[in-house]
Amino acid sequence: MDILTANNIVKKYANHTALDDVSISIPAQSIFGLLGPNGAGKTSLIRIINQITGPDSGEVLFEGTKLNQDHIAHIGYLPEERGLYKKMEVGEQAMYLARLKGLSKNDATTKLKYWFEKFEMQSWWKKKVEELSKGMQQKVQFIVTILHEPKLLILDEPFSGFDPINANLIKNEILELKQKGATIIFSTHNMGSVEELCDHIALINKSKKILDGNVKDIKKAHRTNTYEIEFTGNLMGFTNAMWAGYELLEKSQEGDYCKVKVKLQGNNTPNSLLQSVLPSVQINSLREVVPSMNDIFISNVNNSSSINHSIGNLTE
Amino acid sequence: MSKITLIIQREYLTRVKKKSFIIMTLVGPLLMAGLIFARVWLEMIPEDPKKIEVIDESIMFKGKLENSKNLLFYFPNSTLTNAKADFYTDDYDILVFIPENIIDSHSIQLFYKKQPGLTTQDNIKNLIQNKLEDWKLIASGIDKNKLESVKTKLNVIANKLQKTGEEEKSNNEAGIIIGFVGGLLIYLFIFLYGAQVMRGVIEEKTSRIIEVIISSVKPFELMMGKIIGIALVGLTQFLLWVILTITITSVVSNTFLEKKYDSTTVVEQTYKSNTPTNVKEDMNKPDLGEVGEMLQNINLPVILGCFIFYFLGGYLLYGSLFAAIGSAVDSEADTQQFMMPVTIPLIFSFVAAQVVVTNPESPMAFWFSIIPLTSPIVMMVRLPFGVPYYEIILSMVLLVLGFIGTTWLAAKIYRTGILMYGKKPTYKELWKWLFYKA
Repeated sequence: MDILTANNIVKKYANHTALDDVSISIPAQSIFGLLGPNGAGKTSLIRIINQITGPDSGEVLFEGTKLNQDHIAHIGYLPEERGLYKKMEVGEQAMYLARLKGLSKNDATTKLKYWFEKFEMQSWWKKKVEELSKGMQQKVQFIVTILHEPKLLILDEPFSGFDPINANLIKNEILELKQKGATIIFSTHNMGSVEELCDHIALINKSKKILDGNVKDIKKAHRTNTYEIEFTGNLMGFTNAMWAGYELLEKSQEGDYCKVKVKLQGNNTPNSLLQSVLPSVQINSLREVVPSMNDIFISNVNNSSSINHSIGNLTE
Repeated sequence: MSKITLIIQREYLTRVKKKSFIIMTLVGPLLMAGLIFARVWLEMIPEDPKKIEVIDESIMFKGKLENSKNLLFYFPNSTLTNAKADFYTDDYDILVFIPENIIDSHSIQLFYKKQPGLTTQDNIKNLIQNKLEDWKLIASGIDKNKLESVKTKLNVIANKLQKTGEEEKSNNEAGIIIGFVGGLLIYLFIFLYGAQVMRGVIEEKTSRIIEVIISSVKPFELMMGKIIGIALVGLTQFLLWVILTITITSVVSNTFLEKKYDSTTVVEQTYKSNTPTNVKEDMNKPDLGEVGEMLQNINLPVILGCFIFYFLGGYLLYGSLFAAIGSAVDSEADTQQFMMPVTIPLIFSFVAAQVVVTNPESPMAFWFSIIPLTSPIVMMVRLPFGVPYYEIILSMVLLVLGFIGTTWLAAKIYRTGILMYGKKPTYKELWKWLFYKA
C-alpha cells in the first residue's frame, strides 16, 4: 500500500514552473529516493508534502485521504536549510519543537530522555545551541525530527555536516526506523547512499519527473549487456577469436595480462562469447558491468535535457 | 495547548529571561525616580548662609531686611569706599550698596567675591523690592492689607457646551499632559517593540530554523504568535516600570524626605517641572486641591481604556508590517529601504501630535485621529480636549480594520519572504508575493 500519492502536481511561480505535472507514489515502509539536479523542483515538492505551500493544481493523498492539517503530526521533516535558535538551551528548544509537533509535555520529556541517553548527549541539555559544534547541532536536529515517531519521514541531505562515524550512526537509525514501520523520503545528491539505502527512486529534472520505480528494476532496465573480462594470453588472439556481434569498448594490457570491456549485440550471451574465445586465451574473470545510480542519474538527466532542447528547437 | 499559545509562550519567556530585559526593567524606574529626586534633592542641599554687608545710604532698610536661613544681613557703619577697600579682609560674601536716591533710581549695586547663584540674587532683590514697595505704599497713603485683598487671581474653568446643553469640563493641563505622555509612550512602544518583531523574524530566517517550524505550524500562526508574545513583553515591562517607579518614589520619599517633603510635594514638584510653558510660576502653581480637581475633571477610566486600546491597536498595526520587512530581508542591514514607508507615518504622527496639542479642533487633528496609521498617537493627544464619542468609535473601528488589513497584507509577504534566501527583494517582487497562492 502507498503511504503517499501525489497526482499531477503543478506549481508555478511568477517567472518559472517549479513542478510540471509530477506524479509519484511512495510505498509504505520503504526508503524512497527523491533525486534530481539542483533547482529541479525537489524542494518545491517536499514543501507541498509538508503543507508549507500548496500546489496550483493536482492533489496529494496521505494514506488515501487528501492531505490536511491533521497529517502534520505524522510527518517529520529535516530540511536541507536547517538550524536552531542559537541562544536557546538545547533541552528547552527540543521540548518546544516537539510540542509544536503535537506531543504532550510528558511524552516529549520521556522521549527526549530516551534519545538523549541513546546518543549520549544528556550533558548538552542545559547548553546553549551556539555552544555546540555543527555535528552536535545536527544530531539534536535529527532527534527533534524523528521524536514524534512520524509515519513519514522526509530527510533532505541528512548526512551533511556529519563525520563518517556519526553518519553511520544516523544511517543505522534510519534503517531501524524503517524496520519499525516508518516510510522515508530521502533526498540527496550522494548516489552512493542512494544505492545503499533506497528501495525506490524518482528522478526529477527541470520540474518534470523523468524516471521512477524500484531501484532493482531501474538498474535492470539500464543494463547495457556489457561485460568485463580479464584473461591471460594474446590480446590480438582474443579479438580475432570474437565474431561479429561483439563490440570491444575498452582494452588494456600489462605483459600478457589483459582486461577488456565487451558489449554483446544481437542474441549473443556471455556463454557464446566465452565459447568463441576459450581456445585462444586463459580466462581469469568475467563479470557484468552494472550501471551505477550515478551513471543512471547522469545519463537520464543529460538525455532529458537534450530531448527538451531539441523539442524546443522544433517548436521554434 | 494550542500551537499559537506555545509560540507566544516561547517568544515571551525567552525575552523576559534575557539579561537585557531585566536590566532595562530595573534601570528604567531607577532613572525615572532618579530624575524626580534629583530635582527635589538639589533644592534641599543645605547651603552655607551668605553674609551680606549692606551699605544703606538711604537709611530706609536698616533692621528691615529679615535674616533667613540662607541670607544674613549686616549693617555696619561704613562708607561704600571703605567697605569696598576692606571687602576682602572682612568676612562678608556679598556687598550691597543702596544709594540715597533709591526711591527714584530703583537701582542698587551688588559686589561679590564669588558669583552668587541666581536664587540668592533674586532673593536679595525681592526683599529690597518688597520693602521699597511698602515704603511707596505708605508714602502714597495706600493700606497694604486693602491692596492685598484687592489683588485677584482669576481661575478659568473652560466648559465645552454641547448642543444638548450638557457641559463638559475640558482643557485642563493635567489632562493634556496625560494625553501627550500617552501618545509619546505609544510612539516609543511601537518603535521599540516593532523593531524587536523584525529582529525576531530575521533571527529565525538567518538561523534557518524557519523551515523546521513552518512544517509544524502555519506561517501566520508563527507571525501572530511572535507579535502577540512581544506585545506581552512590552506590557510587562511597562507595568513593571509603573509599579517600580511608584514604589521607589514613595519608599525613598518616605524614608529620606519625610520631614521636609511628603510624597505629594514630590508629585507636585514633578508636575511643576513638567509644565511645558514658562508662565510665571506663582500664577501657574496649582495648590493640591486644584490638582485633585483637575484629575477629577479628566475622565480617567475613558482615557486609560483608550490608552490601552490605542497602545495595542497601534502596535498590532505596525508590528505585522515590521514582521513583513523582517521576512523579506536576510540581515538587519538590508532593512533600510523597507523601513522608510513604515517609519514615516509614525514619525509624522508624532510631529502632528505636537501641532494637535495647540489646535485640537482643527480638521487636521480630526483626520489624523481617524486615519489608522496616525490615529493611535494623535487621538491620545486629542482625547483630553473632549472628543465626541462617535469620533472615538469611528477611529477605533478603523484602527481594528487597519490592523486586520496590514496583518493580512503582511502575512502574504511574510509566508513567501521567510523561505527566500540570498535574494535582495525589490518592491516589485514584494508586490508579486502578494498574489502568490498559498
